[in-house]
Amino acid sequence: MTDIDQLLKRDSFIERNARSRARALLDPGTMRELAGPFERLHSPWLAMQHLVTQSDDGVVAAKGLLDGRPTVVLAIEGGFQGGSMGEIGGAKIAGSLELAARDNRRGIPTQAVILFETGGVRLQEANLGLAAIAEIQAAIVDLRRYTPVIGVSAGTVGCYGGMSIAAGLCSYLVLTREARLGLNGPLVIEQEAGVGEFDARNRSLIWGLTGGEQRVASGLADACVQDDSAEVRATVARLFGQGVPARHRSERAQEYLAALERADTAAQPTADAVRALYGATDNHRGDA
Amino acid sequence: MEQNQTTRGAMWLRLLTGDAAQLHDWPSVRVCEAPLAGQPARWIAVVPDLGNRFPRARNGEVGLVEGWQLARAVQETVELDRDAAVKRPIVAVIDVPSQAYGRREEAFGIHQALAGAAGAYAQARLAGHPVIGLVVGLAMSGAFLAHGYQANRLIALDDPGVMVHAMGKASAARVTLRTVEALEQLAQKVPPMAYDIKSYASLGIVSQVLQLANLALPGEQDLALVQGALEAALAGILEDSERGLASRLQGQHRQASRRVRALLEQEWEAAD
Repeated sequence: MTDIDQLLKRDSFIERNARSRARALLDPGTMRELAGPFERLHSPWLAMQHLVTQSDDGVVAAKGLLDGRPTVVLAIEGGFQGGSMGEIGGAKIAGSLELAARDNRRGIPTQAVILFETGGVRLQEANLGLAAIAEIQAAIVDLRRYTPVIGVSAGTVGCYGGMSIAAGLCSYLVLTREARLGLNGPLVIEQEAGVGEFDARNRSLIWGLTGGEQRVASGLADACVQDDSAEVRATVARLFGQGVPARHRSERAQEYLAALERADTAAQPTADAVRALYGATDNHRGDA
Repeated sequence: MEQNQTTRGAMWLRLLTGDAAQLHDWPSVRVCEAPLAGQPARWIAVVPDLGNRFPRARNGEVGLVEGWQLARAVQETVELDRDAAVKRPIVAVIDVPSQAYGRREEAFGIHQALAGAAGAYAQARLAGHPVIGLVVGLAMSGAFLAHGYQANRLIALDDPGVMVHAMGKASAARVTLRTVEALEQLAQKVPPMAYDIKSYASLGIVSQVLQLANLALPGEQDLALVQGALEAALAGILEDSERGLASRLQGQHRQASRRVRALLEQEWEAAD
């Protein structure tokens, strides 16, 4: 197939909304949504500020099977409030992960996928969003003892703020070239540190340093996939097949400290410098 | 070094641990061993380092190196007690103005460094180490997630200088397309948006807020109050079989968090 054919025929994952992404990952006919839109879980805090709410608060929690294994998919809707985490959406993710961990303690090997499409804390719910993210992080660390927790960020929102830390706790991370993964968004860095530090309009700088391709090349994520639903699903299934990693990326403090020790911090690093520094370290890269 | 002594984090670490030796020669992450309730405990604080190689992490921010050093400090404590029946408590003395905002930080993956720290604290808690977070100054956003937010119990001082939030006011105003004045007005009506510790306490996430007699120069009585609260928190953790963060869900302003969890639990089994 030519590239054009491929482009026309592929089933874009990015263009799907959160609910449709969850369905694309689960075995046909097995998806059941939990705490769904008919429960009318509107954010009380957005309503108080006369802002638009959504009856699922921008998070879809879906249970089903992936290649026959019990799986919960937590899909963040980037189209609602920038995928920001409020009290309700955050509780859906944390609560589902907590139940998956409980399943594992009872002998049911429920695994979890989180679809990160988020700017981080919803600032209109500030401290409750931050608290929910801490609870999501706690639940990931609990669950990943039993079964892999896989993070996917497809784009176009990317994965930022406290949720990028949650992504860093996942057993495996899958990104597309369109995805961006970082703690502080370009606008916030520009605001805090000035345009000389980070020009938020410079797209090649942003994707060059924090895009999916770079993150995988420098070992900060495990797989860079095409924007293709079948490929995303196959990659997630393959990574589940690898089981819980012997050591999670977040546990590699010594290696990362040793690498940072060697980093030249006098000048701003290039993408290649980051690849060289982390690539040379050791086994950062997963098998993917 | 002079400046280190002036931050609240450095001051409280010194007050609570006396002359205990630093276990590492790290300039911005202080780790020492000193007793809590008569038993050995690990104490950790982040302090400013004006000579930091990373220029955006010179004022006490949690940056790349700080994140991974916090992770290492906690990992070492867990490794030390791997075979011990009693796991020593870990006290995070929290005074962190923010995560480091910079291009170097994003390029080298600061999110992963903070995941290292948050993950290590969570693993220590799950391994049975009582983890207590003592908020003595700022507890901002990603920095707080990395240093203290994974604790079994959080204690805060009642002080205008003690603040918990997701983003500084100027940036939060810009991102939400509001003026700083409008943001402050809203914060008075919407408890999770407020910056002060009393509003934060109304969310039910901190287990105790302490009133000191002298905030700038805490005396014997103030020190005893904080020590007593830490000891009580430790006793509470030891009595509690819960290793997760469920104790934070009982606040008056967390009804939605409870309702969502109840719904999920109800529908979880039915979904099979």
